[in-house]
Amino acid sequence: MKIHQLSLFLENSPGKAVEPCRLLARAGINIRTLTLADTQQFGILRLIVSDWEKGRELLAEAGYVVNVTEVVAVEVEDRPGGLAGLLETLEPSGVNIEYMYAFTFGREDRAILIFRFDRPDAAIEHLRAAGVNVLPDVEL
Amino acid sequence: MSFHPASAPDYLPLPQMRQLQLARLRAVAARAYQNVELYRTRMDERGLGPECLRDPSDLGRFPFTTKADLRDTHPFGLFASPMSEVVRLHASSGTTGKPIVVAYTREDLEVWTSVMVRAFAACGLTRGDVVQNAYGYGLFTGGLGAHYGAEALGATVIPISGGNTDRQIMVLRDFRVTAICCTPSYFIHLIERAAELGVSIRDLPLRVGIFGAEPWTDSMRRRIQAEGGVQAFDIYGLSEIVGPGVAIECPCQDGLHVFEDHFYPEIVDLENGAPLPDGEEGELVLTTLSKQAMPMIRYRTRDITRILASPCGCGRTLRRMARIARRSDDMFIIRGVNVFPSQIEAALLEVEGTLPHYQIILTRQKGLDAMEVQVEVTPEFFSDKVGALEGLHARLVEALDHTLGLRVSVRLVESHTIQRSDGKAKRVIDRREP
Repeated sequence: MKIHQLSLFLENSPGKAVEPCRLLARAGINIRTLTLADTQQFGILRLIVSDWEKGRELLAEAGYVVNVTEVVAVEVEDRPGGLAGLLETLEPSGVNIEYMYAFTFGREDRAILIFRFDRPDAAIEHLRAAGVNVLPDVEL
Repeated sequence: MSFHPASAPDYLPLPQMRQLQLARLRAVAARAYQNVELYRTRMDERGLGPECLRDPSDLGRFPFTTKADLRDTHPFGLFASPMSEVVRLHASSGTTGKPIVVAYTREDLEVWTSVMVRAFAACGLTRGDVVQNAYGYGLFTGGLGAHYGAEALGATVIPISGGNTDRQIMVLRDFRVTAICCTPSYFIHLIERAAELGVSIRDLPLRVGIFGAEPWTDSMRRRIQAEGGVQAFDIYGLSEIVGPGVAIECPCQDGLHVFEDHFYPEIVDLENGAPLPDGEEGELVLTTLSKQAMPMIRYRTRDITRILASPCGCGRTLRRMARIARRSDDMFIIRGVNVFPSQIEAALLEVEGTLPHYQIILTRQKGLDAMEVQVEVTPEFFSDKVGALEGLHARLVEALDHTLGLRVSVRLVESHTIQRSDGKAKRVIDRREP
């Protein structure tokens, strides 16, 4: 039930984010969502793509250091309090969120949250038990 | 273990070796005095002559020869043979100013070939080995020196020369190559590129690597041996003396045996040039003992090492020198502190375990020297978490600070962005205005 996220190391300078996106585009790989974590010196581009194995191969061949991380995609209602409710559900599990990002796509009243948990399996179990919709790769 | 007949001088008893060296030293001093104006003038100024050599240690009274002398007498000023006896010229790459020209008579070439045969034999090569010679052919001594040595040994030589990495990998695999000669940084490049092409160098018949022409470290050796599946030997030489074949490692991999029946080694103090006893670190100074076309008397190599005089497990009586990890040329001074790239390497290794690709950039900002160490992010250390990379960055800064006693900036850069050279790795980029 975990989603594969690709992470790339990028130097923090103009134009650095274009090249990997262009590579994926040329191969017909769609970027579902992404987030760029940046520091003064460098950035980490995190991507959820339509074909992570092909994407990883392509980027590695182009010389990027690519890291594959298992993240969890969760569906919540796209309304005030949607996220807060979810986080409250999570709280008793004691699972730590390393980082998260959100997006909405093609589902009018739903948003999708991507979580990087320290213990993804425990988190999934807990969310499922609470009736939260944890999405598999194919539904993204 | 079989011994190649050419290797006999490797096992000469010490008293005989010293006697041979003394006789040859006198002869080369006489030849230099008679045929080369620069040597004659300098010996006369000090009242020295070949007869002053009663023991090899008397050589310490003779003046040094430096790279500047070669430039000043460019091109043929240090030749001791008429051109009619010179059968080959080589030249150094000449990164600074004019190239340096070196000359060989037919006998010089024979000596050179013989030391290269002994070098390859020490690495366990023999007839039947297939040697891919990836040193550059041409004016650089590496290509032809290794070529003739391997051929004379009876090995099969592939004169592929440098460059064209993909073809090198194809030949390594398809020709069932058992030994390769190249620079250590180029071999690492080969391993990396081969992996990208889906070729595992470690799984090929290749078993011996003879690496030289640039300083390298034990950590590089460990990486090369583990990832390349070869036993990695260090070969040492320089054009001014002969080319490759001045010294070679044996399977004990504990220092390089100097072919001291042809090249007499001394270690001198970096600052004042005073000869240092065996075991102490300083600059390597070499005197050619048999060279005809271009004798070198006390040539300052700029390479920093020490002589290991203890007996070697392989049985060779030739003295060894510690592998050269640094050159006095490489040293740079920043904010009054002497820094060697090898110190940077030690700090990077301490943090990462293996040596990442790195480069040192020196700049001057508002009159102050600044040093930036650029380090490529490796898959082992890359993380999707910002904190992990910031932690790596902090540990690198800390280790460099600790090793150098200097605050330097560290920049993590993308993989493969530091230029890989086909030849020598360029570690230091000095952008300071003179």
